[in-house]
Amino acid sequence: MTEAPDVVVVGAGMVGAACAYYAARAGLAVAVVDRGPVAGGTTGAGEGNLLVSDKEPGPELDLALLSAQLWTRLAAAPARPLASAGPGPDTTFGALAEYEAKGGLVVASDEQRLDALCVFAAAQAAAGVVAVPVRHDELAELEPHLSRDQVGGVHYPQDAQVQPALAAAHLLRLARESGAVVRLGETVTGIERGAGGRVTGVRTDRGRIAAPAVVNAAGTWGAAIAASADVVLPVLPRRGFVLVTAPLPPLIRHKVYAADYVADVASDSADLQTSAVVEGTAAGPVLIGASRERVGFDRTLSVAVLRRLAAQAVALFPRLADVPAMRAYRGFRPYLPDHLPAIGEDPRVPGLFHACGHEGAGIGLAPGTGLLIAQALTGEKTDMDLAPFRPDRFEAGESAAEGAAP
Amino acid sequence: MNGFTRVGASPDAAFTVDVDGTPVPVVPGQTLAAALWAAGITAWRTTRGQGRPRGAFCGIGSCYDCLVVVNGVAGVRACLVRPEAGDVVRTHE
Repeated sequence: MTEAPDVVVVGAGMVGAACAYYAARAGLAVAVVDRGPVAGGTTGAGEGNLLVSDKEPGPELDLALLSAQLWTRLAAAPARPLASAGPGPDTTFGALAEYEAKGGLVVASDEQRLDALCVFAAAQAAAGVVAVPVRHDELAELEPHLSRDQVGGVHYPQDAQVQPALAAAHLLRLARESGAVVRLGETVTGIERGAGGRVTGVRTDRGRIAAPAVVNAAGTWGAAIAASADVVLPVLPRRGFVLVTAPLPPLIRHKVYAADYVADVASDSADLQTSAVVEGTAAGPVLIGASRERVGFDRTLSVAVLRRLAAQAVALFPRLADVPAMRAYRGFRPYLPDHLPAIGEDPRVPGLFHACGHEGAGIGLAPGTGLLIAQALTGEKTDMDLAPFRPDRFEAGESAAEGAAP
Repeated sequence: MNGFTRVGASPDAAFTVDVDGTPVPVVPGQTLAAALWAAGITAWRTTRGQGRPRGAFCGIGSCYDCLVVVNGVAGVRACLVRPEAGDVVRTHE
């Protein structure tokens, strides 16, 4: 049991798990603390998207490309099966997390949308994304059950899918094998600071954990963790619903979504935005998304949103019209005003590192984030420039884009 | 003594349904899952990963583990459906 870790990671979701994994493998003594269970926040409420396809050229896309490579490596990492599964040979982290390198297919419902999509894809290709235009007559080969109304699309072989709660849980298991300690059901109530305002540890509802570094991986609740160190990190919730069908035989081969989805992600509107996102799962149910709205932490079920999601999914895949919906769930994406996460040390609070604000991309971006945080913690040169992700960029009058000092 | 006499029930005459080619008796009022259990059939699906046996679990229509095909309609929860004489039931892949 680590009593004086090198770093406390606040949050046992996918990003916290990745930070713990890479930090532990870099030789640091890690303690992960979460007020709830593993994947109890947004990680447990998503679809497990590992996408490069929905990102325009820029720092987020660069992080997604780095993270996609790390996902491929992680997926192949050997792991022991759970003891409850009975004795058996080693498996891989990817098998345990239901990682599928299935690829993404973005489809357009008219020529105008298709043109815009192809222009977007060409820009992504210039930034290193593999994007293959798909003509109308080629769509059926990729997705036999896709509506013939779609006029064309773009295939993104680098997109993948994972079961996010399993991925977080098994990554934390691997982190524990490298010495990390995971403390669940313990709430961080404050970040303690000493001389020079430098972090000295955290206060929880069970006592104190002394540590020279703290990572804020609290996702949608990251603003409160930052506030407990008297700094502002304006993470806001952006609610999304997922509709889950009864288990089905294999029907949908890729992650398939309408070209409108990218505009929804990038939008600043607080109003409801929905566009069709559909994928199958290893377990059989088809997951149907995606909605975005800024309604605070309102957890009530919105039948109006589910109705829209269902209608949009059936428009893409008419076979879904007869399929029972088993349940729906909702989560709150952590949204920062410029649609980029906060990653790295907070210049205002030495020893406090942030790793949150990934909006709907946290699962995909987690390994890259975790690696960058581990590098920042050990003082190594980071694989990416962290300037665009500076946690203090929202202070009034300052912005990384205005050429602030590194 | 069987379950019916133990509780003092006097159900109407049983009928049969075809489950994968085998006639299975159903007492009026029974759900399909109850009829399958009474016939000693407690598993009619397998898990995707390791092929482990599955049948009714929650028994109240929430878990979707007891799915069968009834008269050609897939995805029917056996714990909720009340069969009728002559129904054709096929278990899923």
